[in-house]
Amino acid sequence: MTTDPLLPPEQKLSPNDYASGQEVRWCPGCGDYAILAQMKKILSQLGLPREKLVFISGIGCSSRFPYYLNTYGIHSIHGRAPAVATGLKTTRPDLSVWVITGDGDGLSIGGNHLLHCIRRNLDVNVILFNNRIYGLTKGQYSPTSPLGKVTKSTPAGSIDNPLHILSVAIGCEATFVARTVDVNQQHLGMVLRRAAEHRGTSFVEVYQNCIVFNDGAFEYATDRQLRSEHTLELEHGKPLVFGKDREKGIRLRGLDPEIVTLGGGVTEQDLLVHDEKATQPSLAYLLSRMHYPEFPEPIGVFRAVDRPKYDELLNQQIEEAIRARGPGNLDSLFHSGETWEVGKPEGGDAGEPRCKP
Amino acid sequence: MDENQAAAATTVLGPARSRVDLDAATVRFCGDSGDGMQLAGSQLTSTSALAGNDVATFPDYPAEIRAPRGTKAGVSGFQVHFANHKIFTPGDRVDALVAMNPAGLVTNLADLVPGGVLVVDANSFTARDLQLAGCGANPLEDGTVDGYQVFPVEITRLTRLAVKELNLGTKEADRCRNFFAMGLVFWLYDRPLEPTLRFIVDKFGRRPEVAEANRRALLAGFHYGDTTEAFACRYSVDPARLPPGTYRNMTGNQALAWGLLAAAKLSGCELFFGSYPITPASDILHELARHKQFGVRTFQAEDELAAITAAIGAAFGGAMAVTATSGPGLSLKAEGIGLAVMTELPLLVIDVQRAGPSTGLPTKTEQSDLNMALFGRHGECPLPVLAASSPADCFDVAREAWRIAVRSMTPVLVLSDAYVANGSEPWRIPRIEDLERIPVEHPGPPVDGADFQPYARDARLARPWALPGTPGLMHRIGGLEKQDGTGAVSYDPANHQHMVELRARKIAAIAGEIPPQRVEGPADARLLVLGWGGTYGALATAVRRLWERGASVAHAQVRYLNPLPANLGEILRRYDKVLVAELNRGQLLARLRAEYLIDAVGLKKTSGRPLAVQEVVEAVEKLIEP
Repeated sequence: MTTDPLLPPEQKLSPNDYASGQEVRWCPGCGDYAILAQMKKILSQLGLPREKLVFISGIGCSSRFPYYLNTYGIHSIHGRAPAVATGLKTTRPDLSVWVITGDGDGLSIGGNHLLHCIRRNLDVNVILFNNRIYGLTKGQYSPTSPLGKVTKSTPAGSIDNPLHILSVAIGCEATFVARTVDVNQQHLGMVLRRAAEHRGTSFVEVYQNCIVFNDGAFEYATDRQLRSEHTLELEHGKPLVFGKDREKGIRLRGLDPEIVTLGGGVTEQDLLVHDEKATQPSLAYLLSRMHYPEFPEPIGVFRAVDRPKYDELLNQQIEEAIRARGPGNLDSLFHSGETWEVGKPEGGDAGEPRCKP
Repeated sequence: MDENQAAAATTVLGPARSRVDLDAATVRFCGDSGDGMQLAGSQLTSTSALAGNDVATFPDYPAEIRAPRGTKAGVSGFQVHFANHKIFTPGDRVDALVAMNPAGLVTNLADLVPGGVLVVDANSFTARDLQLAGCGANPLEDGTVDGYQVFPVEITRLTRLAVKELNLGTKEADRCRNFFAMGLVFWLYDRPLEPTLRFIVDKFGRRPEVAEANRRALLAGFHYGDTTEAFACRYSVDPARLPPGTYRNMTGNQALAWGLLAAAKLSGCELFFGSYPITPASDILHELARHKQFGVRTFQAEDELAAITAAIGAAFGGAMAVTATSGPGLSLKAEGIGLAVMTELPLLVIDVQRAGPSTGLPTKTEQSDLNMALFGRHGECPLPVLAASSPADCFDVAREAWRIAVRSMTPVLVLSDAYVANGSEPWRIPRIEDLERIPVEHPGPPVDGADFQPYARDARLARPWALPGTPGLMHRIGGLEKQDGTGAVSYDPANHQHMVELRARKIAAIAGEIPPQRVEGPADARLLVLGWGGTYGALATAVRRLWERGASVAHAQVRYLNPLPANLGEILRRYDKVLVAELNRGQLLARLRAEYLIDAVGLKKTSGRPLAVQEVVEAVEKLIEP
């Protein structure tokens, strides 16, 4: 198992030490600023050395993220960040590798790579900024835009059924799945920290507001008046309770969740209890299917289980081969199997036909 | 048992017959794709190589794993050329053809020389077999095989008889037919049985009844030739006088895989090989996956895009990163190659070409990806392109390509093709200590606190290969245009102009470091035949044949397709006529005409088949007719 070589407390860096100094060019008020701020903060808190960190992104507003951190980074091509990360992490398990992506980058053009990264359980942290819109290309609908969404490319409304990211991640048997919200700084920090600490693919969806092309898309989850009614903060081992006065809960009815009001015979004992360590992903999946406005949307850690990691297994196979066969020797490889000797010819040179001009 | 004892022990009983010494022979096995023809050909190859002949092979198989049995679409063949002298091709035509069924016979007969030996399985010419092969009449009876030495042998019945005591099912017994055919051919060409007997034990040892059945079928075939009087003579081909050394037989794909292992060792880098399965490149992945003790990390990616971008990630981390594919995969890798050019990371992209466009003919050869290799990316996106000229040459090309990649910090594209990849020839085993090292440098932590410049340039215009994990060298790379020196994102028009030119100059400068183009033959010849990559064997053989006829002709085989060798223009202008022979519609021809303004002409072939020696001879003779 890989352990990140942490900085000793006396050498700990401040959040600002993780800033590259490059001018940040997101639109004023963009949700990305909050994510960048929390990232620098948790990197500092965790004491991760800058030279051991690599941020890899694809294309999109979120993918500019690596430029703003004083770490190693690759701003790669559209959708391919998880694949770039696979090559790096398998050959350099000593590094802490982060993938920064968005709903277009990660779920549309790069959907395939994301699926395979997750199912392999590569030991990387994938942070997907979901703003439900294409921002960099100026406002087309994305794979997470709701049905009927009117954009430049869907003047009559989107007819694409949106993709529910966490359901997809859980379908790929992700070992760490979480959701958080850009403006909820404390919660965002907690989730990023948990993701960093998890071994295997940590998949985090961040609800991120695009102030120019999709402002208010997550108002139900961010507005101080609304959010307690429309989100539900998951806590391991605790019943699913929400509401302004924590007066409502989620109960299981058959195989489906239902909202109940506490009191009048209904107690917390009747409610579904969150278990992020459940071996089967059924509960996490059920939670990922709870959508606004029918249900409060869960935020927090849906699932955190342990499973072998791709990079670790790959490197173990190499160690085992070296143990069993000894370190590779090219001379013996070349002489393995059938070989034959050709001696020096008795007269004249080798049988190469001569040039006869 | 001594190598020749098995054969010698059985030959004393047979009737005396004449023995014909040959300088070379070409034999092709053909039959249904389930008939084990590839195995029969491989065994004849390794046996001949071990007997000291020079060998060259041409496996030819259908794209379908099991096309409908007995049909022409399902015919699989393996051609072996073995000689007592240096040879360069598997031969245009065959001296002996073994056809296991009518479909094999009718699809291959045209390649048999007049008067050649034709062995057929007489039991597989039933009405049903003939119908499956689309034969209106029996080709053995309707005059089709007139003019050949025809030997109808009841291969199926005799094989079943040979293994009868083992109580195998009919299906299993029939699987041994290829060993009977091998035995017969081994007798006919006086080949030792011992290597194949050893092979049987290695391959089938865990299933003793199968091993025994194959052994019996092999011996039965050999004895059949010896004891029946059907064959009036036997042939023999003496060992070739190859340069002294230890040899082994190598296919192009195996040589490429081993070349990569050697390059990793010589450069002190760990090999990362990211690839998506595709014919005819997959064997490189298979070969490397077997050698994990060399520290090679093979990654079977989810697609071609992931294969190359994973290689880019590995290259960023300091690995020797390689991806391999064939034409359709090269199309998909175009975007990734662009990123590698922009980020100036060293990595190898191997394209084992096959006949295109699109899915094309997946198992057939062509050289039609040259334009794609040279130009198939958006933007001004130059990179070095090298081509392997023969199976054994693949070993050298892998090392040369990696040397260029790390020296100039650039992706390098290596072109092979189905003919080179699947063909085999003897390879003189080098000693690792005799191979030139490939120096690789990574900058260490800055000593004076100076700002690190990830896009600083050395004399070759290469940027430093700084690795994550190095304190003080943190930097970001990516697909956006970078400011020279600092590596910061830059939209400055003057900087972009400068960077486009710089990337072009960096690649062009490699021409000063590669060996000058060599020419075989006189400098004052009337005509230069020029080829690249896998046509080497056919062109070299054709030119030798032309020399024997007194023709004034020279030959150049271009290995470095970008940048072209510095002396190539001067060479081309030296000859009155230049014939550019390639398996495409004239892609190198167009490049040479554009680059050097010469009136070269093309020999263009796109049938999915390799270039034949005779085609080249005829094309040259037509051009230099007085």
